[in-house]
Amino acid sequence: MNEFDDITLTRRDLLIAGALTATAAAVPQALAAPQGAAPEQAPVSAKVNLQVNGRTHVLELDTRTTLLDALREHLQLSGTKKGCDHGQCGACTVIADGRRINSCLSLAVMHEGSSITTIEGLGASDKLHPMQAAFIKHDGYQCGYCTPGQICSAVSVLQEIKQGIPSHVSADLNAQPLLTPEEIRERMSGNICRCGAYSNILDAITDVAGRPA
Amino acid sequence: MKAFTFERARTLAEAANAARKPGAKFIAGGTNLLDLMKLEIESPQHLIDVNGLGLDKIELLPDGRLRVGALVRNTDLASDSRVRRDYGVLSRALLAGASMQLRNKATTAGNLLQRTRCPYFYDTNMPCNKRHPGSGCSAIGGFSRQHAVVGASSACIATHPSDMAIAMRVLDAQVETARADGSVRTIPIADFHRLPGNTPHIETALEPGELITAVTLPKPVAGTHIYRKVRDRSSYAFALISVAAIIEPNGAGRVALGGVAHKPWRVEAAEQAMGSGARAVADKLLAGARTTEDNAFKLVLVHRTLHAVMADAKKG
Repeated sequence: MNEFDDITLTRRDLLIAGALTATAAAVPQALAAPQGAAPEQAPVSAKVNLQVNGRTHVLELDTRTTLLDALREHLQLSGTKKGCDHGQCGACTVIADGRRINSCLSLAVMHEGSSITTIEGLGASDKLHPMQAAFIKHDGYQCGYCTPGQICSAVSVLQEIKQGIPSHVSADLNAQPLLTPEEIRERMSGNICRCGAYSNILDAITDVAGRPA
Repeated sequence: MKAFTFERARTLAEAANAARKPGAKFIAGGTNLLDLMKLEIESPQHLIDVNGLGLDKIELLPDGRLRVGALVRNTDLASDSRVRRDYGVLSRALLAGASMQLRNKATTAGNLLQRTRCPYFYDTNMPCNKRHPGSGCSAIGGFSRQHAVVGASSACIATHPSDMAIAMRVLDAQVETARADGSVRTIPIADFHRLPGNTPHIETALEPGELITAVTLPKPVAGTHIYRKVRDRSSYAFALISVAAIIEPNGAGRVALGGVAHKPWRVEAAEQAMGSGARAVADKLLAGARTTEDNAFKLVLVHRTLHAVMADAKKG
């Protein structure tokens, strides 16, 4: 008999357990405030209304909660990923009021009344967004961790080009930007893929861009 | 991140009043401030969200200047048809910075107030006169490839990271502010950022509680507008050095440098030498430069980039 038969933890459960252990170990140090330091402000909470994927949520959150943590930890929308948590990797990209942003670099309380679209709002497994289908068709990922952010960005890239927003590689600032590989690469540079699926991601976006809207 | 109280200001008066609270700080886009708060390099006790102040318009003034509200997002400023047509150097500088996700959030005022990307400023285990005045500068004698070559001091050799501010400097923009007592003033961009001296933690001319309300661009400046940024990656990286230039068909013009100093670097006297070629201009711009073994390459890079920019301008 396999000695691990009774263990039914999923990979996600294991990651959470690992994080809890690390937190527990860190608590005694955090509580030991240095002598003579200014008294720390007690945690403060505030109310915020968020429209997420078409549903209204009223949340009471610690003011420090980022939009990313509000989505993942309070609304259980774990499709949006936490990579670097410093706005460098793009894994946390969501669309807020029609524009893609790094949800890790935004406080939830600063999004009062905002309309947020996450990967869960773009499509579902039985009704994929065309960009999701194209990522599958072109194998636009390996581990998949950056993929929700890549897809939120990719959908926005096509929108931004349609709206005429220029980029660093647009040759003429005053002309409609073109749907070229160079433009797509530049506009996707805020999303890092450590598996290196970039060329397939480009193929997926080009495929969707080439279809009639 | 340290805990803080939070409020949304609806008027300038409300914002000014809230700024009197101990440890208060304004927040707009938050893309730099939140990053620093997570690392506890910034620990405001009270955050004042100024996004509701309505300072998000770009308006053409009767005298032909263009007034950019403090809260105009970097994407909106770069995409504005008047900016693209008449202030190409500014559009180009904005588009050369950060990623689209960040430009969608980051504001005009916040971009000016960005803090340095010196790795020792970010490393809370190391001395840094910006983080802890008097603690020393780890970059001096440390890894200093990104650091300043002009205008630095023995207290700090950090650079200002903004691309936008370099274009604002070459355009001679004016920063409009509202003070805590309700009075307003206009600060020329040349005087807005400070050199480090002995107080590198004081980075701008702003007084406590003073809020940027707008940045006004002069009437369109004729000439070819160019922003050339040299960096380790071709996208989404800070400048090693950058050149913002507006050059007229006869070769006269103006030029400002990024990535070389604690502030956007412009030496008006150097522009007299525009007709004599890139070497003459670079020598005057970088007169008195002090380099380290790591960043001496910046002097060569400035000269070569300036040469390329002047050649591009000639092509039109």
